[in-house]
Amino acid sequence: MKRRVLYRYLNILKEDPTESNEMEENTLYGYAGRILYVDLTTGKTYTEPLNEDYAKKYIGGIGLGMRLWLDNSKPGVDPFSPENPLVLTTGPTSGTIWPTGGNGHVFVAKSPQTFGISESKSHGSFGAELKRAGYDAVIFKGKAEKPVYVWIDDDSVQILDASHLWGKSPQETEDIIKEELGDFYVRVAAIGPAGEKLVRIACIINEKSRAAGRTGLGAVMGSKNLKAIAVRGTRDVGVAKPDEFLEFVKEFHERMKGPATKKYRTLGTPENVLVHNALHCMPTRNYNNAHFEGAEKVSGELLNERYVAKIIGCSSCAMRCEHVCVVREGPYKGAMARVEYEPLWAMGPYCGVDRLDAIIKGSEICNYYGIDSISAGVIVGFAMDCYENGILTQKEMDGIEAKFGNHEALVKLLEKIGKREGIGDILAEGVKIAAEKIGKGAEKLAQHIKGVEVTGYDIRCLKTAALGFAVSFRGADHNRHGAYALDIKGKYNRLTYEKGRAKAVKDLEDIYTIIDSLIICKFSRGTYYKEIEDLAKVYSLVTGIETTPDEMRRKGERINNLARVINVREGLGRKDDTLPYKVMNYPVPDEGPSKGAYVKQEELNLMLDDYYEVRGWTRDGVPTPEKLKELGMEDMIPIVEAKIKKA
Amino acid sequence: MVKIHERKFVSVDPDKCVGCQVCEYICAWTKEKAFNPLKSRIRVVRLNPLVNVSLTCRRCEDPPCVAACPRDALKQSEEDGTILVDEDKCNGCGWCIEACDYGAIMLHPDRKVVFVCDLCKDKPDGPQCVKWCPEEALDVVTPDVLAQKSRISATKKLLVEAMKVTPTS
Repeated sequence: MKRRVLYRYLNILKEDPTESNEMEENTLYGYAGRILYVDLTTGKTYTEPLNEDYAKKYIGGIGLGMRLWLDNSKPGVDPFSPENPLVLTTGPTSGTIWPTGGNGHVFVAKSPQTFGISESKSHGSFGAELKRAGYDAVIFKGKAEKPVYVWIDDDSVQILDASHLWGKSPQETEDIIKEELGDFYVRVAAIGPAGEKLVRIACIINEKSRAAGRTGLGAVMGSKNLKAIAVRGTRDVGVAKPDEFLEFVKEFHERMKGPATKKYRTLGTPENVLVHNALHCMPTRNYNNAHFEGAEKVSGELLNERYVAKIIGCSSCAMRCEHVCVVREGPYKGAMARVEYEPLWAMGPYCGVDRLDAIIKGSEICNYYGIDSISAGVIVGFAMDCYENGILTQKEMDGIEAKFGNHEALVKLLEKIGKREGIGDILAEGVKIAAEKIGKGAEKLAQHIKGVEVTGYDIRCLKTAALGFAVSFRGADHNRHGAYALDIKGKYNRLTYEKGRAKAVKDLEDIYTIIDSLIICKFSRGTYYKEIEDLAKVYSLVTGIETTPDEMRRKGERINNLARVINVREGLGRKDDTLPYKVMNYPVPDEGPSKGAYVKQEELNLMLDDYYEVRGWTRDGVPTPEKLKELGMEDMIPIVEAKIKKA
Repeated sequence: MVKIHERKFVSVDPDKCVGCQVCEYICAWTKEKAFNPLKSRIRVVRLNPLVNVSLTCRRCEDPPCVAACPRDALKQSEEDGTILVDEDKCNGCGWCIEACDYGAIMLHPDRKVVFVCDLCKDKPDGPQCVKWCPEEALDVVTPDVLAQKSRISATKKLLVEAMKVTPTS
């Protein structure tokens, strides 16, 4: 394959003698122009120039990350095998002053939960630092013989011993690394004890409290004996059209002071608690209810009044959202964590727990062990349901009285999952695999899609969202489409589904892949008043690649097709685009606006047919060669052809 | 000699600062046409999520950085108190950095001489960090204004306390 070079940094240009003659006309802004390979098995590191075609087609972030993962993996690879590369990417806006965009990074690998492609993003300052170090992507291959951490100091890349860090939390790890490298401004992304122990919901935490949370990529990192990645970058980052760019930045600063971000700047996402509860669309007690009688006690309003000590922001953000909560009294005195709706919901209403102090403590525990606090809460809710149904006895629960609403049980079970201790060893597998191990009908209580635990939207009564959840390439997820907004805001009748709605879901998905490939923050999505047009403008101003809104939309569509092609290669298909057992078999029991709602099999069939048709995929959910050709993805046609022929 | 009461500098309100680094980005851009916080004259420190501040030169009376320079490369402008760096004389030895209590004078990553805030003297609308701070946490103050602001905010806190019904849990 011909690799064209797009160097942004002149000093890199000097060091890498390959292909020098094409550089001048190929200067592409917004990219560092280099990919770093770290082979943990051999200890070798090397760089390759970024493939310009990939950059243009897949933008960066999740798009570029998934494309690079595909190139560096074999079909059917086990998620915990050394052959499953862990790809870390930045986006074109990383390292610039673009509001919320300057700071993101993405991890991509095959997920130990979905057994398909997965990505997980985080913000803070880590991504900006990596861009300044001069990398669009870092690909961690193989497996280190013993615990290591990788220290990326501009051009110098070292694999250092981490045996003294093994067993430590991400927060302790960060402090120790900063101390031993002697630099306070080193940015660190690390796994906790859970990642080391291959807990399938382990996350990768940067700057102590920010997590690439979902789908268990922390366990992939742990499987490589890679404890942490430390980065320091000192290079300048530039953009193609600085004057216009800064004008646009200024405009977005103003927009971010307006109504589009008000929620995030004031109550934060916990505002959802009372909103969802009023609509009866807040899954409660492991989907036994859609309404929580204790909602007032865990509301965003109360959280802000009693516990929010400070709201802080990520690098380059002009809106700030991070509600840092502190417990000042009671049994959980001293607990501190950032709290958002999803973890609050998972550890609160989903477990029947109505104490904010316990939820803050729970979040702190999740951060300490390095586990996804959404999945962790859902797993505890599942365990409580098993307990109440007699599927797990108190003895099997290590003596814990795991009734819904028992906040002490919540805290204990979270610890056990983080340590893989006792019952926690089974629960650490996530609800899907745990239910298989437990048996006795536990499968019916395991609320997951493609192995990933559900999130805080009752999709029995949010049917546009239900489709989005069912087809999400990384499993149960609101963040791959945001289709719940169409239901909650009343664009559609949320209790029914009719053909034609899939178009709206597809359009949202395509915007969301763009957002995650530029790596801007989804909390800022409302400030893109013209949506794709604004996104295309940012991309054009940063990279210098003039891009129309239509071309931008195609990039978004292409990235969704890419994810689908990879999942098809890994054996996922229509059978996996499904909904949790209770969503399809257990109507909302609560008197009120959602009573009786659930998704019938025929309804799901209708949704999927509608969606695959809009996507230009086969009835089995496989992208057709024609679609791939239309999107300029000819290189992937052999993958789908093999599957279509088989079918 | 600049009159101490007229000495202006950029000050941060720690209650408002969220640690977003917008000041760093815009400073580096204004001064160096680069997005690179290492080239910023103002620096954000987050020791703990609850404690965020950005720090820059306070244009001290009898500035210790000037006194510490063994090569007479630094002097303070009599007009407005700016620390002026003679880049020909500076050899980056770091005595001034050691002398500064605020870490406000720093070694430039490329030029290997020290650099420090000059309140954007070339910009008609003043320091760009103040202009761009999304939280309005930064302000150009004199010591008198700063004292006034502190008095007002302390009193406001008392007022809030007085009005608050103590929550019970």
